[in-house]
Amino acid sequence: MKRAFPILGVLTAILLSYALYQALVAAPTEQTMGDVQRIFYYHVPSAWTAFILFFVNFGASVFYLIKRNAAADIVALVSAEVGVVFCTVVLVTGPIWARPVWGIWWTWDMRLTSTLVLWLIYVSYLFLRRFSSSGQTPILAAALSVLGALCVPFVYLSIRFFRTQHPQPVIGGGGSIDPRMLHVLLVNWLAFSCFAFLVCWSRYRLESLQRDVDQAHALESLLDPRGSLR
Amino acid sequence: MSGNPYLYAAYAVTWIIHIAYLATIVRRYARLQREIEELKKPGGRS
Amino acid sequence: MTPPAGITRATLVKDMRLEWRSKDAINSMLFFSLLVVVVFSFSFDPSAEESRQIAGGLIWVAFLFAAVVALNQTWAREIRNQVLDAYRVSPAPANSLFLAKTLGNFIFVSVLEALMTPLFIAFYRLRSLGPMWQLLLVAVLGTWALVVNGTFFAAMSLRTRSREIMLPLLLFPISIPAILAMVQSTTAILNGEGAHFWIVLLATYDLVFTTVCLRLFETVLNAE
Repeated sequence: MKRAFPILGVLTAILLSYALYQALVAAPTEQTMGDVQRIFYYHVPSAWTAFILFFVNFGASVFYLIKRNAAADIVALVSAEVGVVFCTVVLVTGPIWARPVWGIWWTWDMRLTSTLVLWLIYVSYLFLRRFSSSGQTPILAAALSVLGALCVPFVYLSIRFFRTQHPQPVIGGGGSIDPRMLHVLLVNWLAFSCFAFLVCWSRYRLESLQRDVDQAHALESLLDPRGSLR
Repeated sequence: MSGNPYLYAAYAVTWIIHIAYLATIVRRYARLQREIEELKKPGGRS
Repeated sequence: MTPPAGITRATLVKDMRLEWRSKDAINSMLFFSLLVVVVFSFSFDPSAEESRQIAGGLIWVAFLFAAVVALNQTWAREIRNQVLDAYRVSPAPANSLFLAKTLGNFIFVSVLEALMTPLFIAFYRLRSLGPMWQLLLVAVLGTWALVVNGTFFAAMSLRTRSREIMLPLLLFPISIPAILAMVQSTTAILNGEGAHFWIVLLATYDLVFTTVCLRLFETVLNAE
């Protein structure tokens, strides 16, 4: 198990480099937007990865609520954190893309807006995990995750209708996609998914180790005859 | 590929964000290793 | 054993009576609501025509502030007297407690809104082009959406650090679709346009979140 990690790490690095080459060089240049459109190959896979991670968080939280499994709680924490990281990438690359194309930094574009709301929900989730007392954290966080997940369809519906009433420029354009571009998109998505998996794995190991150490500390202070417990 | 500054900025920012997060993991891991060393010391109090 | 509805009513009556006797909380909240309206009126000073466009947003943001301050008070009394622990060991179902608290908050926040609304109408010279009953419906649905989630998150924030900032921090993101619906429907009604989609969305949101909060409250109450 332990040896798999560096091997996967090297493979992922190679895959990411290849994906980068594809995005910057091999992919055809877009007609209207030019080279700036290539941001698409980082922006969209990051979004997909973030949404998948948030979904994993939801699944792990439900599992925790039913089974009270400690590993599920760690998975929930990890997927939320890494999900927020990828979501941040989406929210930063989006405006960087919008600026040269539309001349504006922000637009209440369907995707960007829903991503922002998701980001806000999961950042609040991370704050709850940070600020709640450790005994309660897993249950409270799981409850918040369920509420957040339930919120998602409402977010989409409300923003969609809002946008039909107040039309906004669409980042990334709609309609069909050139199959060569689709290929590059999928390659980048695969690369980032592998990368996300490795990051989650590292974070999982860190958290697991942290909890073991915390338990050891607790045990030590309980057993120490010089300690406060008489 | 023509040089579009926004394109490079976007790609650079992406990796800066990812590397920053990885850096926090590495730093916490190092600190944890030190704590483990402390715990392993015989009769050592943390 | 008393039925759940009886417990809800009893808890609600108790809370109302306590609030009425102390009057401190009510008075400070009323004055706070007044202040919010005045400050907003100084900050955004539109002509009668423009006001219909932005009033919806302004009013609901003001209501949101008032609701958060009111909600933060919700459990303060309970914590002071360790009432929550008593609830935990009692055989009373957690749902009844949650419903009672939510209803109490709803009444409380509605009173505040009832005070703030005439002031807004006066300061902004508002005249609605759409029917009043629709505005009232939106007010009820919107307030309930804020209060049901707010009461739930207030309970969650109880033993967190920085309890008072945790509540709005948790409440606002999840409330965004509801807030959008409240604001859009109010603006639409004020301008004589249709708001059916937003009202239905708001009602559905209320239904879903009330059900889930009721379902999860027991778990949250007994966490740890």
